[in-house]
Amino acid sequence: MDSNKYLDDISEIKNMMSRSSRFISLSGLSGIMAGVYALIGAYLGYLILYPSNWKFDTYEAIQEALIAVAAGVAILAVLTAALLTFRKAKRSGEHIWDTSSKRLLANFLIPLLTGGIFVLLLIRLEYWVMIAPSTLIFYGMACLNASKYTLRDVRYLGITVIILGLLSAYFAGYGLLFWALGFGVCHILYGTLMHFKYDTGDSNK
Amino acid sequence: MSIINNINKAFDHRIRLGIMSILMVNDYADFNMLKELLGATDGNLASHTKALEKEEYILVEKQFIGRKPNTRYSASKLGKQAFKKHIDALEKLIGK
Repeated sequence: MDSNKYLDDISEIKNMMSRSSRFISLSGLSGIMAGVYALIGAYLGYLILYPSNWKFDTYEAIQEALIAVAAGVAILAVLTAALLTFRKAKRSGEHIWDTSSKRLLANFLIPLLTGGIFVLLLIRLEYWVMIAPSTLIFYGMACLNASKYTLRDVRYLGITVIILGLLSAYFAGYGLLFWALGFGVCHILYGTLMHFKYDTGDSNK
Repeated sequence: MSIINNINKAFDHRIRLGIMSILMVNDYADFNMLKELLGATDGNLASHTKALEKEEYILVEKQFIGRKPNTRYSASKLGKQAFKKHIDALEKLIGK
């Protein structure tokens, strides 16, 4: 009898510790969608950069097209993630805008914005080969930093993406390939993992 | 016998257990955050924080954010030690 109460106490302690320090409503599905967008974006990037039916007259036009594709992918991914996470939080009764989600966002955005500004500076100096590695490394760092405040799997996503970023700096010129691997394949992989680990379990409850 | 002695009466309530769990992993938490997480009423939560404060397990800091009063709580060194002992005792009791 008593041992049951102690067991309840322990699970209550664990529950409160994780709910108060981690934002657990992050949707795995949004990771999968972000990966799909990234792969579509990488394919468009391939069509723009390599010989295809798509012809561009100037160097600037290519540059603009690439930036438009990248921005489109990023905006779609963020909107989808926000929507799906909002839905999941609502279903599990977690507040979407509480201390844990604010802390998660701040810790994710600080490295990410640093990376964003850094990449803009690289574009200004026309260091094209370093753009793919920089986006991957800074995104990986952002995930690694944010992982302390959300599901553990984000940590491994971050580490994988950082390694891919370093590899892409070594194999310069294959930026698009590593970009597709890091933002596309990795997101789909870890998103699927998280989806089956957390999302499907929730709906069974 | 000694294990039973380590079960701390001060933590023998869901709300107080929750408050301490939250303060173990967060540097501090304000009244509203505790209220939301624990699903307690103002009066209920206030009486439990008072009890923990009296044991000197938590520290209370009253301040103003703009014109709104804000009370934030953190676990004291004593409170953290006591809570760790309590968890160890619980685990040992279950392990048997």
